[in-house]
Amino acid sequence: MSVLVYTENWDGKFKKLSFELISYANEIAKKLNSTVVALSIGNVAEDELKLLGNYGATKVLSVVHDKIKGLDNQVFTSIIAQAVEKEKSTVVVFAHNNTGKAIAPRLSVRLKAGLVAGVTAVPASFKPFTVVKKVFTSKALSTVVVNTPVQIVTLLQNTYGIIETATPVVVEAFHPQIQDAEFTTDIKEVSKVTGKILLTDAEIVVSGGRGMKGPENWGVIEELASLLGAATACSRPVSDEGWRPHDEHTGQTGKVIAPNLYIAAGISGAIQHLGGVSGSKCIVAINKDPDAPIFEAADYGIVGDVLKVLPEMIAAVKELKNS
Amino acid sequence: MKICICISNVPDTTTKIKFVNNNTAFDNAGVQWIINPWDELALTRALDLKDANAGAIEKITVVNVGLADADPTIRKALAIGADNAIRINAEPKDAYFIATQLAEVIKKEAFDIILCGIESCDYNGSTVGGMLAEMLAYPSVSSASFLDIQNGQIIVKREIDGGQELLGTKLPFIAIVQKGIAKEPRIPSMRGIMTAKTKPLQVVEAVAGEPFLSYNSFELPKSKAACKKIDPENVKELVNLLHNEAKVI
Repeated sequence: MSVLVYTENWDGKFKKLSFELISYANEIAKKLNSTVVALSIGNVAEDELKLLGNYGATKVLSVVHDKIKGLDNQVFTSIIAQAVEKEKSTVVVFAHNNTGKAIAPRLSVRLKAGLVAGVTAVPASFKPFTVVKKVFTSKALSTVVVNTPVQIVTLLQNTYGIIETATPVVVEAFHPQIQDAEFTTDIKEVSKVTGKILLTDAEIVVSGGRGMKGPENWGVIEELASLLGAATACSRPVSDEGWRPHDEHTGQTGKVIAPNLYIAAGISGAIQHLGGVSGSKCIVAINKDPDAPIFEAADYGIVGDVLKVLPEMIAAVKELKNS
Repeated sequence: MKICICISNVPDTTTKIKFVNNNTAFDNAGVQWIINPWDELALTRALDLKDANAGAIEKITVVNVGLADADPTIRKALAIGADNAIRINAEPKDAYFIATQLAEVIKKEAFDIILCGIESCDYNGSTVGGMLAEMLAYPSVSSASFLDIQNGQIIVKREIDGGQELLGTKLPFIAIVQKGIAKEPRIPSMRGIMTAKTKPLQVVEAVAGEPFLSYNSFELPKSKAACKKIDPENVKELVNLLHNEAKVI
């Protein structure tokens, strides 16, 4: 028996997210009297793979294959299914990110294993497997029962946390059977911004809405974000207007995020926006309308003009950093 | 070329969510129903492609798994511009059940491109498209934010962390689309609304299928403590509170 975690790598490195997934799986494994096996696909150095042991993994299966150039949903599904069989896994854990969303549903069909996507906590019980997930775009929670012998979950990033548990870990090369015909997509071109903090990875997010009045005023959002080591985001009207790129849009139809601190500047907080950010641990709202719904979701609020408040906030953060 | 768009009938995104029967069922009372926003973007992109590639795309079909109460939403998709619709007459129980039903119809119709929204704003499973692809053994591209046909070749881009990948794939394939695939959803024209009434909406019976999941109960999130208001003349205090009280900076 085991709990299998698919640990994606980014240019051969793991992220906090990887360690969070292992920590999460470790709590499940303890409850099931089972162990955590991580599966890595691609070139990752042994020292890096062994880091997963710091969070509870007892074994890391490492798949290195010449033909794998990037994510091919069918090939990855096939590899993970073979790992599940080999390790007799009863629970499979993915991140609820682009990769998890691409592979987990295919694996669910392949293994006839029920999939609960976007969970935020460990299962409340295992007989039957019962876990809470957000529904209606974070406006409600549902207790979901999985009626299959193997269960798959995708964990929403930054909702469980990282727990260090030093564990002796072995790295094992794994050679699954892969047929050439299974490769059905090929990556022709990659365009990537480097050096920018990703919205989904960020612990702090500074986000602007229509109250910012225009793209020319975004300098203060960017300056505050850079001071705090934060990512920048925006509300839907802002990305629809083309003031900011659509990948910054947070909310119901954009990115769903759960940072430690979310600063909403000039965002009224329509129900669709709150659906994407309500998982944040702390929300700060700055808006000139005292009745804006964002204040109902916020922990701290300032009723005032964002274009006046933000520069003062920048000055105060600088002062704090210098003290 | 034939394009299929799988659409889900969901509560309007501004709906105040309530439950009935001792919190075991969603309260439909007074709810406005819409095409799931991502599915609507997918439909918009398909129509744009049809406009730009005259003759290359012969038909755009929307497929829904639902009971007769989904018909107004399906008619809206026809009003926006889909050529025909198929409703699989079943209550959508869970993603696996829905994908099972869709797979059956899509196999028969032999579509070239199948578009699914990345998630639905009711149960937020983000799973139907991937499941469908696996059932049909079709390639899938998830988080697709760009789709085009150039000189008969399919060009699709998917979102990755911090960027995009341009992919080549084989037909038939399933694109699981997200924001970016189309700018803004199309609004039905008066003419569209009139013609939608006479466009074919075929109702087919469901095949046997069991769900993997059961949604046993629901609850609303606990309400938050009141927001602590800070004097706009004392922004420094906010930074102090974030540092010393919330300990987030």
